[in-house]
Amino acid sequence: MRNVDILIIGGGPAGLAAAISAYEAGSRNILILEREENLGGILKQCIHNGFGLHTFKEELTGPEYAQRYIDKVLEYGIPAQCDTMVIDITPDKVVTAVSRGAGLEHFKAKSIILAMGCRERPRGSLGTPGWRCSGIFTAGTAQKFTNLKGMMPGKRVVILGSGDIGLIMARRMTFMGAKVLACVELMPFSAGLKRNIVQCLDDYDIPLLLSHTVVDIAGRERLEGVTVAEVDPKTLKPIEGTEQYYECDTLLLSVGLIPENELTTMAGVKISPATNGAEVNENLETSVEGIFSCGNVLHVHDLVDYVSEESAKAGVNAHKYVQGQLPKEENTLEVVSGFGVSGAVPQHISQELDEPITIMFRPRGVFKDAQVCIDVGDVQVAAKKSRILTPGEMVTLKFSPEYLRKNTNADKITVRVEAQQS
Amino acid sequence: MIKEITCIGCPMGCRITAELDGDKILSIEGYTCNIGKKYAQEELTVPTRMVTALMHVYGADQPLSVKTSKPIEKSKIFDCLKEISGKSVMRPVHIGEVVIKNVCGTPVDIIATRDVE
Amino acid sequence: MIDVIIIGGGVVGCGVARELSRYNLNIALLEKTDDISNGQSKANTAIIHGGYDAKPGTLKAKFNVLGNKMYDRICAELDVPHKRNTSLVVSFGSDGHEALEKLKQQGIENGVPGLSIIGQDELRRREPNIGSTAYEALLVETGGIVCPYEMTQAYAENAAMNGVNFYREAEVTAIEKTQDGWKVISKAGTFTAKAVVNCAGLYSDVINNMVSEDKISIVPRRGEYYIVDKKYANEFHASIFQLPTKMGKGILVSPTVDGTVLLGPTAEDIDDKMDTRTTTEGLAKVLKYASLTWEHIPMRSFITTYSGLRAHCNRDDFVLGEVPDAPMFFNAVGVESPGLTSAPAIAEYLAGMIADKLSAKKNENFDPIRKGIPKFREMNDEQRARAISINPDYAKIVCRCETVTEAEIREAIRRPVGARSVDGIKRRTRAGMGRCQAGFCTPRTVEILCEELHISPLEVTKFGGNSKYIESYLFEKGDNENA
Repeated sequence: MRNVDILIIGGGPAGLAAAISAYEAGSRNILILEREENLGGILKQCIHNGFGLHTFKEELTGPEYAQRYIDKVLEYGIPAQCDTMVIDITPDKVVTAVSRGAGLEHFKAKSIILAMGCRERPRGSLGTPGWRCSGIFTAGTAQKFTNLKGMMPGKRVVILGSGDIGLIMARRMTFMGAKVLACVELMPFSAGLKRNIVQCLDDYDIPLLLSHTVVDIAGRERLEGVTVAEVDPKTLKPIEGTEQYYECDTLLLSVGLIPENELTTMAGVKISPATNGAEVNENLETSVEGIFSCGNVLHVHDLVDYVSEESAKAGVNAHKYVQGQLPKEENTLEVVSGFGVSGAVPQHISQELDEPITIMFRPRGVFKDAQVCIDVGDVQVAAKKSRILTPGEMVTLKFSPEYLRKNTNADKITVRVEAQQS
Repeated sequence: MIKEITCIGCPMGCRITAELDGDKILSIEGYTCNIGKKYAQEELTVPTRMVTALMHVYGADQPLSVKTSKPIEKSKIFDCLKEISGKSVMRPVHIGEVVIKNVCGTPVDIIATRDVE
Repeated sequence: MIDVIIIGGGVVGCGVARELSRYNLNIALLEKTDDISNGQSKANTAIIHGGYDAKPGTLKAKFNVLGNKMYDRICAELDVPHKRNTSLVVSFGSDGHEALEKLKQQGIENGVPGLSIIGQDELRRREPNIGSTAYEALLVETGGIVCPYEMTQAYAENAAMNGVNFYREAEVTAIEKTQDGWKVISKAGTFTAKAVVNCAGLYSDVINNMVSEDKISIVPRRGEYYIVDKKYANEFHASIFQLPTKMGKGILVSPTVDGTVLLGPTAEDIDDKMDTRTTTEGLAKVLKYASLTWEHIPMRSFITTYSGLRAHCNRDDFVLGEVPDAPMFFNAVGVESPGLTSAPAIAEYLAGMIADKLSAKKNENFDPIRKGIPKFREMNDEQRARAISINPDYAKIVCRCETVTEAEIREAIRRPVGARSVDGIKRRTRAGMGRCQAGFCTPRTVEILCEELHISPLEVTKFGGNSKYIESYLFEKGDNENA
């Protein structure tokens, strides 16, 4: 059994940032376990630009952004064991991992940082009727084939879902000579960034069909076509008579991301049904003492910059925990998602804090001329105006800890949106 | 000529219309903030884009990811892609290295965005 | 000349192959598609039926009860996971007692042991999560669950170990009578044999009608299903059938041996024997009826949907044995539900009959034991460490959702009658069958198939034919093959 102060599971953007900040805080016995052959996580295949504007004030591609962190990890000499899959975590922080090089290993960690990322929702979970042919890929799987393997999955493409990966893949497939016929979105709005809609779809005259979905999949062996229908924006049910057939050999799915929390559950950590990630307090500590969670395994982020920022915080707090400097959580208040708010993080906030508290969430719909508010008990303590809120962009709101000390009778913290839903 | 674009400054996605005389902007309407106005002025005259692509590496099992050193004119994207896909590079290549100089005769270079040893 | 040709690589064909390999015979099995277990045997309800359901006196009733009794021995010999989790036929509402009693009597007449009717209290003690209108139930103690494709593979592997030759992509196009037997013309070549066994499932009518004037017709009866994530593995214990009513036969809710929960099937007669589509109406019907049993079906936890076709015969029973006007031609026609349960008994029956007619001697070297691919997910730490030390590929987890290692995937390809496609690997290892539905593992699985079969990624398919994944290489330089 190897003893490690801080064991980080996952060597993607979250794990790398957590490792660096823990090191910079003073920890020296850190270990990163990464299941793939190289560090960098999903960024390795995100070869498009648009990363790092917040962190580095310049626009980088995914591999470049990752490399900045990898270089730091190497410079600090933080050990990272790649090709190593964690298969078990116990609540007392014994981690079991397997690798070709070292076989089956046990680690006893003082602290664990969960940074496993997320996965894509597959076709099966949508219940779309039709054939079970080949040619249906999640956008990320197709991205791996094109960007890392140099292989083209198909030539005539329909994209279901307008998440950013789907939009990015619409442009990539176009660049590679494919014809992208349409991007089909169930909701009346896109979950993708406006910039991606303009630069990945509009630039190449790819129609974005809002309030539409795929209702049938044709093709006994390889995909031959999909039927797209308009849906009622209220019920999301297809409207009869609006069906249109698109002949295509490839259907890419960009219908949502799910944090990958199998290991988290094994460790006995409580999962939030709203985020599908761990429940954490303002230190990003989960319901199991000394186990922290950050990045897309905690909740699905919109920008990698925020993943890095959040994970750096987890790294520092894990260091403090190991040093016995992280105060025990007492007198915590639950954070409740009010009107228009989905999956606020953290879920628990201590009443005895010194630093400003940040709450992140995703709006439940599109709201124009909205105001985001935080109430401690019945008292509104923070508000931020916004011209527009959309589910595609996370909202971050800070408030001062003094309000918590002032309102000792408060039983909860509520985050809510004040606006007309458009 | 009337041209219509969508602002990418924020999720508002304002529809901006402008009247153009060649490269000269006669009027802009529909923007709701200064970011939008500035974006429209650039986008309407000489729109540019960063281009990222994949390039063949002799004897390597993975393609090399590359990008333009700065945004290039939107109208040159496909010429640029054609030039990139028509060329191969020798290993090793390092992140930041110029792999094609003056792509499509522009002052823009193509640079590697990852290492291939 | 071959002694016996078996047409069809489903559970019946592979079962017959295995039982015939007990004898000194030269046997060939011809399968139309790229893999065994690719028709009815891959998409059904995966139940070991008690045998109360079939009409007394039918072959269905007889072979169901016989087959049920054989399962423990066969699964032990072939290392196939199965479980006697019991079945319940539940009446929703108080007016079902008479019908339940009738079912029970029918079961007793069929020779089914361990049948009893249980009331509210006992039902809810056994199934605390059952729907609020569940009233009483017929308990079938011998009811069980089994993985149908693993059963088929196990039969096939054991048959191959004992000398049976398997030919895939060998669709039979014509059969001619010869002086001393049969000439079978297939897409994998022409064979002559002393005896032919028709185990062609949905196409068993076509094969029968090639040799017999006694024409049979098989109607494909489609059933649609949902699979629910294994986090609900303990929601129900028994396989829960609904007592048929005027409204329909009801929808089953059942755990599977792999820990998922299965909802289905519908029953719809269609024209096309390949049409395994799911439909909006069918899937909605499954949910509507299943919600009687499971009131709060977790809609966000569906892993996948599928449909399977039952080979429904116009004679409404199995047609088994030598065809009267075609000597030494044997039928296993119309083997639909309870076909999986009956398969071991049908296999033994037909093999015994054929061996007898051929005066075949016992194969002294017959080995009844087949071991499954050692599953990493079922090992303890000590076994895992040992497996990795012997084969480091056991340390490389390819499918994260189901914890399937590269070692298991490679073995699935290398085994006798091994996998040739991504779905073939999926059925043999569960790689890609979990909650991400092969999102993460497909690129690696494709690579492993290329390495093992020495093919290019452009040739890798999901399930044979044109079900390809990769259309072309990005660079036509050729040297990024086997990337």
